[in-house]
Amino acid sequence: MVMHKNKHNETIKAEAKNLNFFYADGTQALKGVTLPIYENKITALIGPSGCGKSTFLRSFNRMHDLYPGNKYEGEIILYPDNTNILSKKVDPIEVRMRISMVFQKPNPFPKSIFENVAYGLRVRGESNKRVLDDKVEEALKGASLWNEVKDRLEDLAFNLSGGQQQRLCIARALATDPEIMLFDEPTSALDPIATMNIEELMSELKKKLSILIVTHNMQQAARISDYTAYMYLGELVEHDDTNKIFTNPSKKETEDYITGKFG
Amino acid sequence: MNTSVMPQTIISTRLAKNFRRNIMERMIEFALLCSAAFAVFVTCAIVYVLVSEAIPFFQHVSIYDFLTDTVWTPNYSIKHYGIMALISGTLTTTFIALIVAVPLGTITAIYLSEFASHKVRETAKPILELLVGVPTVVFGYFALMLVTPLLQKIYPDLPLFNMLGAGIVMGIMIVPYIASLAEDSMRAVPMAMREGAYAMGATRFQTAIRVITPAAISGIIAAYILAISRAVGETMIVAIAAGQQPTFTFNPIEGAATITSYIVSVALGDLEHGGIGYQSIFAAGLTLLIMTLLLNILGHMIRKKYRERY
Ligand SMILES: Nc1ncnc2c1ncn2[C@@H]1O[C@H](COP(=O)(O)OP(=O)(O)OP(=O)(O)O)[C@@H](O)[C@H]1O
Ligand SMILES: [Mg+2]
Repeated sequence: MVMHKNKHNETIKAEAKNLNFFYADGTQALKGVTLPIYENKITALIGPSGCGKSTFLRSFNRMHDLYPGNKYEGEIILYPDNTNILSKKVDPIEVRMRISMVFQKPNPFPKSIFENVAYGLRVRGESNKRVLDDKVEEALKGASLWNEVKDRLEDLAFNLSGGQQQRLCIARALATDPEIMLFDEPTSALDPIATMNIEELMSELKKKLSILIVTHNMQQAARISDYTAYMYLGELVEHDDTNKIFTNPSKKETEDYITGKFG
Repeated sequence: MNTSVMPQTIISTRLAKNFRRNIMERMIEFALLCSAAFAVFVTCAIVYVLVSEAIPFFQHVSIYDFLTDTVWTPNYSIKHYGIMALISGTLTTTFIALIVAVPLGTITAIYLSEFASHKVRETAKPILELLVGVPTVVFGYFALMLVTPLLQKIYPDLPLFNMLGAGIVMGIMIVPYIASLAEDSMRAVPMAMREGAYAMGATRFQTAIRVITPAAISGIIAAYILAISRAVGETMIVAIAAGQQPTFTFNPIEGAATITSYIVSVALGDLEHGGIGYQSIFAAGLTLLIMTLLLNILGHMIRKKYRERY
C-alpha cells in the first residue's frame, strides 16, 4: 500500500484538499483549505475568532450535515483507505464512527457516568455486559477519570465538575477506538488545573490516534501540538511544525497574530 | 469621577429621576400583584362554594359511606351516594384515553421535534393545535355516531353507550396537548446535546430515543400529567357517548357515568335547589378538585425529581 508521508517520514492520517465550505445563508466560511493531519501527532488550529476553525474541524465528522443547506466543496481524504469522507456516497455515520469529537462545552448525556461512556458502544450494537464494563473502564482510565468515578459509575453525569465532565466526554469519545479525535477549544470552559490535566491527556492520547484541536490559547498550541495551522478569514495562511510557527513563521500575518500585534 | 465635586443641581435631578422610576416600578409591581391575587381569589371562592355546599351533604351521608359504597342512586327511593361508582367511570375513561394519547402524542412529538423538516413542523404544529380548539361536544358526537358504530363492527355486542368509544375519542382529543407540550420540551434540549449524540455515530432514531427523550423527560411527564387532568375533567364526551348511568365498573365495553358527566346531568336536570341531590354535585365536584390537586402535586414532585439539567 502506498503510504502518504512527509519529509520527516511521518504518515498522513487525513488530508483536506482544496476545501470550501458554505453555510446555508451563503456565507463562505472556508476558502480552498488544504491541510494534512499526521498520524500520532497533534495538529493545532489557531486564528482570530470567526476565521473558520470550528467550521473546518466540524467538516471532519460531517457535523454540518445536521443542518440543511450547508455545502462542502473539495475533499477530505482519510488514509490508509483513501476515502473521501465528504463524498455524498459516504454515510456520515460511518465517518463519525471513525472520527470522534469533543466539544467546547462539556455536553454529557442525561445518563449515568457509565452509560455516557458506553453510549458509543451501544450505538454500535454492543450489549455484552463484560465487553461494556471493560471498555468503559479502559476509556475512563484513558481519560484519567477512572480513579475519581470508579465508585460512582451509576451517578448522573451532571453531578461531576466541569473538568470531570469534559474528561467524561473525552472518555466517551475514546471508548469507540476512534482513529482521529477532534477537539474544539476543549479547555476554554475549564480552570488551569483541569486544563493541564486535559493537555497531559492529549499528549498521552496521541500515541494511539491522531488529534486535531482548535484553540484560542497560543501557549496551549505551543505546549501540546506538533503542527500548527494559522487560519485567517476562511483561508489557511500557514501550516508548519509548531516550533517553526512560534519561533520563525514564514508569513508576516502569522507572526503578527502570534506576537499579539494583530488587529 | 468624584461625586463630591458634582454640582448640587445634578444630584437633585438624578434623585428626582430615581424617584419617578421608583414610582413607576411600584405601580407595575402593584398591578402584577393584583392580577396574581385575583387568580388566587377566584380559586379560593370556588373552593369555598364547593366546601360550603358539600358540608350539609356530608351531614346526611357519612364520608365513610361516600368513599366505600359502590352504588350511586340519588334519584331512586333507596338513595345511595357511593362516589366509587363515579370514580370508576372517570378512571376507566381516563385510562383508555391515556392508552391512546400517550403513545400517539409522544410519537408525534418525537417526529415533529427530531425528524420533521422545518417546513413540515411549521405546518403540522398549528394544525395540531387547531384540534385543541374543537368543541368537546363535537368530539362527543364523533364518538357516538362514528367511533362506537365502527367498534360495533368489530364487536357487535358493544352497547351504544360505552366507555371504550368515549375513552378513545377523549384520547384523540388530548393527543395535541401531549404532542405540543412534549415537542416544546424536546425542542428546548440544547443543540449541543444532539450534536454530542450524532458525533458518537448515533442515528436520528437513537439520538431521539436515547438522548433527547431522557433529556426532556420532565417536560414530557408534565405533558402527561396535564393530559390526565384534562381527561379527568372532561365532561361532554363522556356525557354524550358513555351513557349517564352511574355504574361501578372498570369494564370499558360497559356504559357508565363519570364524576363530571354526573355533575352536568344533574345541573341540566331540575333538582330542587338545596336538596341533598343538589348538594351531592358539590361533593362530587370537591372529589374531582381533590383528584386534580393530587395530580398536580404528583406532577410537581416528578418534575422536581427529573428537572432538566443540561
Ligand atoms: N451556522 C452558521 N451560519 C452562517 N454562518 C456561520 C454559521 N456558523 C458560523 N458562521 C460564520 O462562519 C465563519 C467561521 O465561523 P467559525 O465558527 O468556524 O469560526 P471560529 O474560527 O471557530 O471562531 P471562534 O474562534 O470564535 O470559535 C464566521 O464568519 C461565522 O460568522
Ligand atoms: Mg469556534
